[in-house]
Amino acid sequence: MARKRPEPVQVVKQRRDAALNAIVDGVPYIRFMDFSFDRRGDELTGVLNYDEKLIGNPILPALHGGVTAAFLEVTAVITLSWEYFLPSIESGELDAEQIARDETIRFPKTVDFTVDYLRSGLPRDAYARAIISRSGRRYASVRVEAWQDNHARPFAQATGHFLMPQPMTKGS
Amino acid sequence: MVDKAAIARQFIEAIPHARALGMTLTEIGNGEAAITMPYNVELVGDPRTGVIHGGAVFAVLDTCCGAAVMSHPSAPGGTATIDLRIDYMRAATPGQTITTRATCYHITRNVAFVRATAMDENQDLPVATASGSFTVEGL
Repeated sequence: MARKRPEPVQVVKQRRDAALNAIVDGVPYIRFMDFSFDRRGDELTGVLNYDEKLIGNPILPALHGGVTAAFLEVTAVITLSWEYFLPSIESGELDAEQIARDETIRFPKTVDFTVDYLRSGLPRDAYARAIISRSGRRYASVRVEAWQDNHARPFAQATGHFLMPQPMTKGS
Repeated sequence: MVDKAAIARQFIEAIPHARALGMTLTEIGNGEAAITMPYNVELVGDPRTGVIHGGAVFAVLDTCCGAAVMSHPSAPGGTATIDLRIDYMRAATPGQTITTRATCYHITRNVAFVRATAMDENQDLPVATASGSFTVEGL
């Protein structure tokens, strides 16, 4: 039996990129910090676009520890949201428009987040990738690391726990 | 004698990211510090609720912890975060200023231990708490 004909590449790309943009662009804080996301297949890489306002130590200079933490946390939440929504996006149950407009759609919430500062963040772009260690019905556990020039020399790593959005039930 | 509180205040207020978030150092001295951040729509994490993003709260807590370390009588000068953990208890109420308070409760030659809380105008339950360790460095 012949398998179903694969969708044209532009259709797949357009659907996935539109959905990712809807998840990311809806957050004012991500825009304020100018974080962006690079998608290759199902892999997301967070990008911190360097700006002077992200500096925490003007003498060195170095990125603010809070900026590094925020970058790691945003990468963790977006990666988790992406994995959570992807099946419904692919099946056609959910589209970019709904993600952007539907008031009932909820995102994972951070319960706790622990950041390990390995070396100071240089005043230039940074990248981050998150690995979902476990994603259950209620809780998820995520590891994330950030690097600059050399992926083998991360400048920060973090681990966090997240509360997953609960499906709407009658009476709630 | 060097006025460490004045140096710390100057240092905090010269931080570009502290300025970008609108942080104000309101108290400092003896290993304790308080920093406020006013509500700002640009820092919202969820446009459906208007709640401030946890990342911005993390940045204020981190700055406040650093200020507390620098103001400790046994701290020679600078500091950097080694590790910081934040627990998010609840969403900060939209429209309210966030006030963070940090205490450097122990310091050795190399490491300073700090805990902190972030409150909004409801003083009954913190928005978030933090605990971490910081380096101890000369000026």
